[in-house]
Amino acid sequence: MYQSIVFLPLLGFLIAGFSGNRLGARATEIITTGLLFVSGVLSWAVFADIGLGHGQASAPILSNWITSGGLRVDWALRIDSLTAVMLVVVTSVSSLVHLYSIGYMHEDPSRPRFFGYLSLFTFAMLMLVTADNLVQMFFGWEGVGLASYLLIGFWYEKPSACAAAIKAFVVNRVGDFGFALGIFLVFVLTGSVSFDAIFAAAPGLAHKSVSVFGFEWDAWTITCLLLFMGAMGKSAQFLLHTWLPDAMEGPTPVSALIHAATMVTAGVFMVARLSPLFELSPVAQGFVVVIGATTAIFAATVGLVQNDIKRVIAYSTCSQLGYMFVALGVGGYAIGIFHLFTHAFFKALLFLGAGSVIHAMHHEQDMRNMGGLRKDIPFTFWMMTIGTLALTGFPFTAGYYSKDAIIESAYAAGAHSSAATYGFLMTLLAAGLTSFYSWRLVFMTFFGSRHVTADEHGHAANDDHAHDDHGHGGHTPHESPLVMLIPLATLALGALFAGLAFSGDFIGHRFDEFWKGTVAENHIMHAMHEIPGYVGYLPTVLMIVGFLVALWFYILAPGTADRLARANPVLYRFLLNKWYFDELYDVLFVRPAFWLGRLFWKGGDGRVIDGLGPDGVSARVIDIARGAARLQTGYLYHYAFAMLIGVAAFITWYLLGGVR
Amino acid sequence: MTAAVAFFYLFSMIMLASAFMVIAARNPVHSVLFLILAFVNAAGLFMLAGAEFLGMILIVVYVGAVAVLFLFVVMMLDVDFAEMKRGFLQVLPIGAIIGGIVAIELILVVGSWTVAPAGSAPVGSPITPGVTNTVALGRVLYTQYIYLFQAAGLVLLTAMVGAIVLTLRHKVVKRQVIAEQNARTQASVVEIKKVPFRAGV
Amino acid sequence: MYPLSFSIAHALPETILAVGALLLILVGAIRGEKSAPLVAELAIGLLTLALVVIFIGAKTTATVFDGAFIDDQFARYMKALVLIGSIVTLILSRDFLRRENIDQFEFPVLVMLSTLGMLMLTSANSLISLYLGLELMSLALYVVASFHRDNLKASEAGLKYFVLGALSSGMLLYGASLIYGYAGSVSFPGIAAALKSGPAIGVVFGLVFLLAGLAFKMSTVPFHMWTPDVYEGAPTPVTAFFASAPKMAAVAITLRTVMVAFPNITHEWRQIVMFISVASMALGSFAAIGQTNIKRLMAYSSIGHMGFALVGLAAANAAGVEGVAIYLAIYLVTTLGVFAAIVAMRVQGRSVENISDLAGLSRTDGWMAFFMAMLMFSLAGIPPMAGFFAKYYAFLAAVQAGLTPLAVIGVLLSTVAAFYYLRIVKVMYFDEAAPAFDRAPFAVRAVCAVATALVFCFWVYPAPIVEAATNAARAFF
Repeated sequence: MYQSIVFLPLLGFLIAGFSGNRLGARATEIITTGLLFVSGVLSWAVFADIGLGHGQASAPILSNWITSGGLRVDWALRIDSLTAVMLVVVTSVSSLVHLYSIGYMHEDPSRPRFFGYLSLFTFAMLMLVTADNLVQMFFGWEGVGLASYLLIGFWYEKPSACAAAIKAFVVNRVGDFGFALGIFLVFVLTGSVSFDAIFAAAPGLAHKSVSVFGFEWDAWTITCLLLFMGAMGKSAQFLLHTWLPDAMEGPTPVSALIHAATMVTAGVFMVARLSPLFELSPVAQGFVVVIGATTAIFAATVGLVQNDIKRVIAYSTCSQLGYMFVALGVGGYAIGIFHLFTHAFFKALLFLGAGSVIHAMHHEQDMRNMGGLRKDIPFTFWMMTIGTLALTGFPFTAGYYSKDAIIESAYAAGAHSSAATYGFLMTLLAAGLTSFYSWRLVFMTFFGSRHVTADEHGHAANDDHAHDDHGHGGHTPHESPLVMLIPLATLALGALFAGLAFSGDFIGHRFDEFWKGTVAENHIMHAMHEIPGYVGYLPTVLMIVGFLVALWFYILAPGTADRLARANPVLYRFLLNKWYFDELYDVLFVRPAFWLGRLFWKGGDGRVIDGLGPDGVSARVIDIARGAARLQTGYLYHYAFAMLIGVAAFITWYLLGGVR
Repeated sequence: MTAAVAFFYLFSMIMLASAFMVIAARNPVHSVLFLILAFVNAAGLFMLAGAEFLGMILIVVYVGAVAVLFLFVVMMLDVDFAEMKRGFLQVLPIGAIIGGIVAIELILVVGSWTVAPAGSAPVGSPITPGVTNTVALGRVLYTQYIYLFQAAGLVLLTAMVGAIVLTLRHKVVKRQVIAEQNARTQASVVEIKKVPFRAGV
Repeated sequence: MYPLSFSIAHALPETILAVGALLLILVGAIRGEKSAPLVAELAIGLLTLALVVIFIGAKTTATVFDGAFIDDQFARYMKALVLIGSIVTLILSRDFLRRENIDQFEFPVLVMLSTLGMLMLTSANSLISLYLGLELMSLALYVVASFHRDNLKASEAGLKYFVLGALSSGMLLYGASLIYGYAGSVSFPGIAAALKSGPAIGVVFGLVFLLAGLAFKMSTVPFHMWTPDVYEGAPTPVTAFFASAPKMAAVAITLRTVMVAFPNITHEWRQIVMFISVASMALGSFAAIGQTNIKRLMAYSSIGHMGFALVGLAAANAAGVEGVAIYLAIYLVTTLGVFAAIVAMRVQGRSVENISDLAGLSRTDGWMAFFMAMLMFSLAGIPPMAGFFAKYYAFLAAVQAGLTPLAVIGVLLSTVAAFYYLRIVKVMYFDEAAPAFDRAPFAVRAVCAVATALVFCFWVYPAPIVEAATNAARAFF
C-alpha cells in the first residue's frame, strides 16, 4: 500500500511523459488524476491507521541504493504519524489540483507535459516525506526543486517565467548547499544518514564541538543551522524568500500545489523530522524563531501593498511559513505541523480561488482592475471568503486553532527565551496585518465597482498567457466549470473543519496517541495551556481590528489607502518594493556573480583556455596546415632541392656528432 | 707504371672538367659534346684498368649511339635553355651553399677513408690469364649473375614498353582493299528513298 | 652453387611474372587493340597464381642466385601484400580505364613488370639486386603514372615522378657506392660482417644516401614532395597502385637493408628513421587538413601512414618488425578500400575527385558512405577498427624499445590526422547532398565491401595476420 501511494504518481508521470502526446491530453489528464486520487484515498487510509488508529510505524527497506565504505543508503519508505500527515496533505492537495487543472488548463496545448510535471512533483514530494534517511530526503528535496523549476517555467515562451524559474532554482541552490553540508556533517558526526541511527547517536554527541573555518562550534548547533539553511531556501524564509513571489509566474494550480501547500512546507517538515537534533541546540532553535518571526512580519507588511492577486497570497504563504517556523523554534513541532496541515487546505483554497478569479477575468491578475465580482462569480466569492476566514483565524475555522496555538506557544516559551518573545510579538502583529491584507484582497476583488471596462482588460502586461482564445462572445466574468469548483468546495470543507476535527489529535489531549513520539516532545504543550487567558484572545482581537481597518479603507471610505500611501511615500515604496531585497541581492550577489562569470567566461575560458587550448591549437594547426600545403609549390626543382637539403642536413647531423 | 698513373690523372681530370662543362655550358649542343668527351675519357680509364670490353662498349654504345641520339634530339628540339635557367639562377646562391657544405663534408669524410678493411673479400672476379675480357664477362654473366642479368634485361624491356606506350600513336590510315572495292554493287551502296511531294525533307 | 632449378623454385613467383609478362606482351602484340580485357584477365590470373604459389610454396629460407636473392618468411609475407595490392589495382582499373578510353593491353603488363620489380626488391639481398628491383619497379611506375598520356596532369605527374625518381636513384647509387667502397661487399651479410667493428662516418654517409633513395620510394619527408602531385595527376587506379604495392616493397627493402646489412649501427640509422618518421607523421597530419582533392588528401595520408609504420622500424626489435608488418597489411587493405571508393566517384560518366563531391553520400548511396566512413575511422585509428591495432602494435614496439617520446608524438599527431578523416565522414553524413554518383561496377563495390569487412573484423580474429607477422619478424632475429 505504501509503495502504491508513492509510486502511482511516478507511474502517472511516466505515462504522461512518454506517451502523453500519443494518448492525447484528455486521457493523460484522466490517468494522472485518477492515479493521484487512488493515492490520496490510500493516504487517508494510512492516516486513519497510523495517526488516528493504532497502526505501527514502519520503514520497510525497498532496496539498497548506495554502499560505499561506512556509508550505507537504502531506499526505504518510513511511514509514521508525521509522514502520514504529510501524505494526506500532499496527495489530497495534489489530487484536487490535478482535478482543478483539468478545468484551468483546458486551453493549453501541452497539457500532457503539465500533468506529467505535476505527477513528477507529487512523486518527488512523497519520496521526500517518506524518506528514512537524509540522502533519500535530499533526493526528494531536489526532485521537488526540479519539478518546481519545470512548472514555474512551464510557459517557457515567457521570458519572465524562465527568469522566475531560474531564480527559484538558484536561490534554492543556496539553501541546498547548506542542507548538503548539514548532511555531510551529520554523517561525519554519527557515521550514518539513517534517521533512527542519527537520533540514537545524537544525545551522546551533545556539547561536542567541531572546528569550522577555524572556529569551534557546538556540533549540533552548526549542523542544525546548516540543515535549517536548506529549510530556509525551500520554505522561502527571510533572506532566501525572494524566489517565492516570482514563482507565481507558473500556472495558478502550480502555485496552489507547490508554492502554498506542499513543497514550501518541506522545510517545516524537515525541521520537524529532525526535531530531536534541534532540541539539542537552543541556539539553532532561537535562530529558527527569529527567522520565522521576521519572515512572518516582513511578508505580511509587503503583502499589504501588493496589487497582484497571486502575489498577495504568495506573501501570505511566506508569512504563514514564518509562523510555522516560529512554532518549530519554540519547540512546538506538532503545532507547526498542525499549521502546515490546516494551512495546506486554506492556502490551496485561496490559490485555487484566485485561479478561479483569474480564469473568470481571462487571466487578469491585477486587483486594481477587478472589483464587484461577487455577483458574477458568487461561488468563488464564497469559497475565497471561507479561505480568508480560515487564514485570518476566524473562530472555529482551521486557522483559528493552529495559528492561535502558535502565538500562544510563542508566548509560553517567552518565559525562557527572548527570541520567543520576539516571535510572539511579531506573530501577533502579523496576525493583524494578515487580516488586513486578506480582507483587502477580498474587498478589492469582489466588492466595489468594476475598475476597468470589459473591453480594456486582459491584454495588459500582466496577461498570464497568450492563449486568450476563449469561445465566449463577450468578456463578462464567468463562473468556472464544475471541475474547478469541486476542488474548491472540498478544500473549503477542510479549511472550515480541519481545525475543529483534528486539533485534539494534533495538539490536544490525544497528542501522545497521535504522534507516538515521532516528533520531539517537551514541556511546551503543557506550558501553552497555562498562559493567561487574555493572550488567547489577542489574535482574535487583532484579526477583528485588521478586518475593520480593511473595511474602512476599501468599503466605507474608498481612497483612504491611496491617501495614506501618498502621505508616506517612502514607506509605501519600501513595502511595494519588498524591502528592496531584490535590488539588494542584485547589487550584492547577482551583478558580482555575472561580473565574475563574465570574467571567467571571456577572460578565463575564452582567452586563456580556449585561446591556448582548443581554439589556439586548432588555429595553429590550420596555420601549420596552410604552411605545409604552401611547401608544395609544384616546381620540380623545389622538390629536388628539398631532397638535397634533406640529405645535406642528415650528413651534417652525422658529421657534427650523430655517430657514436 | 708511371705512364699509367700519368694517363689515369690525365683521363680523370679531363673527365671531371668536361663533366663540369656539361652542366656549365650555355649551348646545349656543347653540353652534349662535352658529355661525349667525358665518355671517351671514362673509356680510357676502363682501358687503363684492363677492362677493354667495357671501354669499347662505352665508346660504341654511349658515344656512338646514345650521345649521338642526344645530339640529334637537342639539335632538333628548340629548347630555350636560357629560359629554363632563369629559375635556376634564383636558387643558385642557396644551392651553392648547400652544395658547398655537402662537398666539404664529403671531402672531410674521404680524408678519413679506409677502403675495404680486412675481413671482406673483393667482389670482383679474378682475371684469369689467357681469357679475354669478353669471355670472362660472358662466363659470369650467364652463371653467377644470371639473375641480375635477366633483371637488367627486364628493366630494359620495361623501358621499351614504356616508351612505346607513351609515344606510339596509331594513326587511322585509310588502306586500299581491292577486294572490297570490287565487291561493291549498286544495291549495297545506293539507297532510294521516297520523298513526299512538296512536304520538304 | 645450387642447381638452377632450386633457385627458380625459390623464385617461382618472380619467374611466373617474368615469363607471364613476356607472354602477355606477345598476346597483346598479336591480338592488337582488342586484347586489353583478355590481357588484363590473364594478368590478374598470373598474379593470383603467384600469390597462390607463395601460400603453398616452400616455407624454408634460402639464399639463391649467388647471394643476390633471399627467400624467407618476411619476403613471402611482404610479397603476398604486394601481390594483393597489384591484383586489386588491376581489378579496379579495368572499368576505369575503359571509361577513360585508355584501355590498352600494356597497362596490365606494366603493372606486372612493376610487381615483378617489387618482388625482386622484397627479396633483394645485395645492393645490386636492390637497385635492379627498384629500377624495374620504378620505370614501370613512371610509365603508368602518365598512362593517360593525353591528360596534361597525368603527363606532368609522370614527368615529375620520373625526374625526381632519377635523382633519388642517383642518390641511392651514390650511397651504394660509398658503402661498397667501405665494406668491400655489395651483399647485405657481407656489409654487416664488415661493420662488426662499429660505424665509420663514410659508411654512415653512404647509408644516408641509400636511405634517401629508399625514403623517396616510401614517400617520406623530406623525400615526399612528388607524392601529392603524382597522386593527384595519375589515373585513380594508378594512384591506388602507388599508394599500396610499391610502399609495401619499399618499406620491406628498407627494413631488410637496415636489419640485415646494418644491424651493428642501429644507433645511427635509427636517428634517420626517427626523424623521417616524425617528420612524415607531422606533415601527413597537418598538410592534409587543407586539401580539397581527395586523392591529394590520400597522398598526405599515405605519407603520414608511412611515418607511423616507421615508428615500428625505429624500434629495431622483433616487436617492431612485427608491428611494421601488421601496420602495412592493415594499411594496404584500408587504402585499397578507400581507393575503390574513390574509383567509384563518378558523376554522369565523369570522374570527380573533390571531397565536396562526397557530400551527402549517406543519402545517395548509404552503403558506399558506410564503407568509406568505416575505412576513414580505420585510417584515423579509431577502435575497434583495424587501423587502431596497426598503430597500437607499432607504438607498443616503440615503447618497448624505450622510444616512448616517439610513440607519444605519434599518438598526438594521429589525433591531428583524425581531423581530416572525420571531416570526410562529416561531409558524407551531414552536408547537403551533392549529385549522386553513378552506380559503381560490382567489382569495385566488392573491393570496398571486402576491405571494410576485413578492417571491421580484424579485432575479432586477428590471429592470421598477427601470426604471419610474427613469423615474418622471426626472419631477422
